[in-house]
Amino acid sequence: MRFLQVSVLLITIFTSIVACSSDNDTPQDEGDNFDRGTMLVNWADNIIIPAYTNFNLKATALEASTAQFTANPTAENLQLLRSAWKDSYVSFQNVSMFEIGKAEELRFRNRLNVYPANTDQIENFISSGDYDFALPSTIDKQGFPALDYMLNGLAENDTEIIQFYTTNANSEGYRNYLLALSESISSLSNAVLDSWINGYRDTFVANTSSSASGAVDKLTNDYIFYFEKSLRAGKVGIPAGVFSAETLPQNVEAYYKKDISKELLLEAIAASQNFFNGKSFDGNENGPGFNTYLNYLNTIKNGENLGDLINSQFAVAKTKANELNPNLAQQIETDNFKMLETYDELQRLVILMKVDMVQAFDVSIDYIDSDGD
Amino acid sequence: MLKGIDRYLNKTTQAAPLAVFRVLFGFMMFFSIVRFWANGWIDKLYVQPKFFFSYYGFEWVKPIGDYTYIIFIVCGIASLLVALGYKYRLAIIVFFLSFTYIELMDKTTYLNHYYFISCVAFLMIFLPANVYFSIDALKKPLNAFNTIPKWTVDSIKLMLGIVYFYAGLAKLNSDWLVHAMPLKIWLPSKYDLPFLGDLMQQQWLHYTFSYTGAIYDLTIPFLLLYKPTRWLAFTLVVIFHILTRVLFPIGMFPYIMIVSTLIFFDPSFHQSIINFISRILGCEPSKNTASSKITTYRFNNSISLPVVTVFFIVQLLFPWRYLAYPNELFWTEEGYRFSWRVMLMEKAGYAQFKIKNKETGEQFLVDNTDFLTPFQEKQMSTQPDFILQYAHYLGNHFAAQGHKNIAVYVESYVALNGRLSQPFINPETDLMLQKESFLPKNWILPFNHNIKGL
Repeated sequence: MRFLQVSVLLITIFTSIVACSSDNDTPQDEGDNFDRGTMLVNWADNIIIPAYTNFNLKATALEASTAQFTANPTAENLQLLRSAWKDSYVSFQNVSMFEIGKAEELRFRNRLNVYPANTDQIENFISSGDYDFALPSTIDKQGFPALDYMLNGLAENDTEIIQFYTTNANSEGYRNYLLALSESISSLSNAVLDSWINGYRDTFVANTSSSASGAVDKLTNDYIFYFEKSLRAGKVGIPAGVFSAETLPQNVEAYYKKDISKELLLEAIAASQNFFNGKSFDGNENGPGFNTYLNYLNTIKNGENLGDLINSQFAVAKTKANELNPNLAQQIETDNFKMLETYDELQRLVILMKVDMVQAFDVSIDYIDSDGD
Repeated sequence: MLKGIDRYLNKTTQAAPLAVFRVLFGFMMFFSIVRFWANGWIDKLYVQPKFFFSYYGFEWVKPIGDYTYIIFIVCGIASLLVALGYKYRLAIIVFFLSFTYIELMDKTTYLNHYYFISCVAFLMIFLPANVYFSIDALKKPLNAFNTIPKWTVDSIKLMLGIVYFYAGLAKLNSDWLVHAMPLKIWLPSKYDLPFLGDLMQQQWLHYTFSYTGAIYDLTIPFLLLYKPTRWLAFTLVVIFHILTRVLFPIGMFPYIMIVSTLIFFDPSFHQSIINFISRILGCEPSKNTASSKITTYRFNNSISLPVVTVFFIVQLLFPWRYLAYPNELFWTEEGYRFSWRVMLMEKAGYAQFKIKNKETGEQFLVDNTDFLTPFQEKQMSTQPDFILQYAHYLGNHFAAQGHKNIAVYVESYVALNGRLSQPFINPETDLMLQKESFLPKNWILPFNHNIKGL
């Protein structure tokens, strides 16, 4: 009979294990513990959606200015278009880190900001008139860097640039490509914002699961990945030659515009710090975010105040970045040491976030779901 | 003394417990292999990566591309044959070799559980697990026996006892007992568990879990051995392993341990399992009994007992090898693996490699994602032997690309059990000049904290 007892016991257990270990999505944070649901709401409603809304306005304006310029390619319209391009590029720095949901599906960041632009291929596309921006192979022929080339890099001065859109043998091809670039940015931006407003926001906020597919884990990973690869390496490390034998000044962001690469960097650092502090996009209020979460966990752990360490490191990195030339390419060519110093300070932030913060959150840094000990 | 040993070795017991263990072990292993395959892990862990981390001395053990699947097929078939007890000796040898080969292919995936499986499989090569309730016994009644030497069943119990007891000893350190680390990191992140989520935030719970975990590991082998406490012990085993299964992603291990501890029960219990299965299969339980006049299995070779003895001496001593190293074990991990140190550390790291031309001073940094999977990078960044092997791989890779006079440096940081991260490997050390060995690695920077205890 004992055997029967054991069998019944084992079967009960095994079914209860299976039942308990399946993902549970109901938010049920009522106790005195940290409420991740509220953090997700703050992220979605006060930061992510307002940031995308802002970007979408700028992207729509960019598309309108492009239409205006292609209809009437004057020096004045070129200036207006450049300014719309710059506004949207700066605004983009506030949404680039949120590669989740629709943005992830569309490869939003890759389609908007892979640089340096492949100018030879862009010229090929223009002359053939045959291109599909949805193809992964076209990421370095579209987005803001491609626009940078089209608006600032075709020739040395404005008169000559405008000639590409007026008197050039293939001026129609140039105009069409310019339009296609702006339309693509605008429609991608629309699609992402639309998805957040119509449904994804609720999915995101409700996904309080602690698994690797939970919203907190996923966005934490996305955020750190962005900071390490796109901000630290992309904007500073790669052009400063940190990952190559020589410096690569032509790899700075907005290379052809020349004087805004530092501004884009500073905007990106500020946006990252604001998100770290849960600061609302439109106001100055700090809501629940990484910093408050770290503070909460520290009440359990009684260790160093990691949130303060990260904020002061952000301040150091900002100070270093502020000392740079507005044109980072020029900075690299004249005094690359300053670039390397900025890189080092950003690198310290990566370590604090990727090692210490991730350990505190117990977020798995990878998506592999294999067994542990 | 010698007489006592001799008397013990001549003791016999019924063959049923070992037969049941063989059947359950075989099926569990088969299911584990199927699960591993179904999860796509063969492809993800052994086919896709460009580079694999080898164990020292086993650099020749590598995945074989798409043919890696064949090793898993062989391993799966062998485990089924073990369960059925068909050509058992060959099956268990093949299982041991194929399973161990899989584990040696990449130490990124090292788990104590897998080591445990290899140990048990090795042990089972020398045990008469097929003389009863097996196809072998059915086909050759001359090879069927009702009783077997008692030490053969006890050896499985000893193996299980070592796993638990050593895991318990490893918990006797200040991080685990004084700071409730790493549970203090792990448990709060389980906030979304039904009913338990809020509880997981409580400090008293972290300490309770730490202490009960240590006491459980240290005492459970004895509670299982002692008949009056056996049922209590088994209930504890079940509760403990369910909890670990609910809290942590540990796959098949809890099931394997729950099922394995059944070996501690009386032969009559196992006989009823056999009777039950026999009835389902529609065959007479009496068919399993031996028909030969000699009903006790006798070893017809003289190596089994000595091999098993040596095996256990090694098992008892090997986990202590860390004492030969001067630095903090958790920090350097010299002597950490293969010692039943289970769930003791939360380690996070970051390693940035630098390739430098020693003559021109030209240098550049490496993007690890070009060479490693996220899982490999994570494991590499906290373990010195991984870092060294990877550094050599990078050096050779860039040398093959035409780079000259290569030196490889690493700037690395590791955070251990909630401490703030600190530099890990000496950034001035050219790792190309360092060789892997069992000697202490003097290029690991000192750990600035003190973890007391075993």
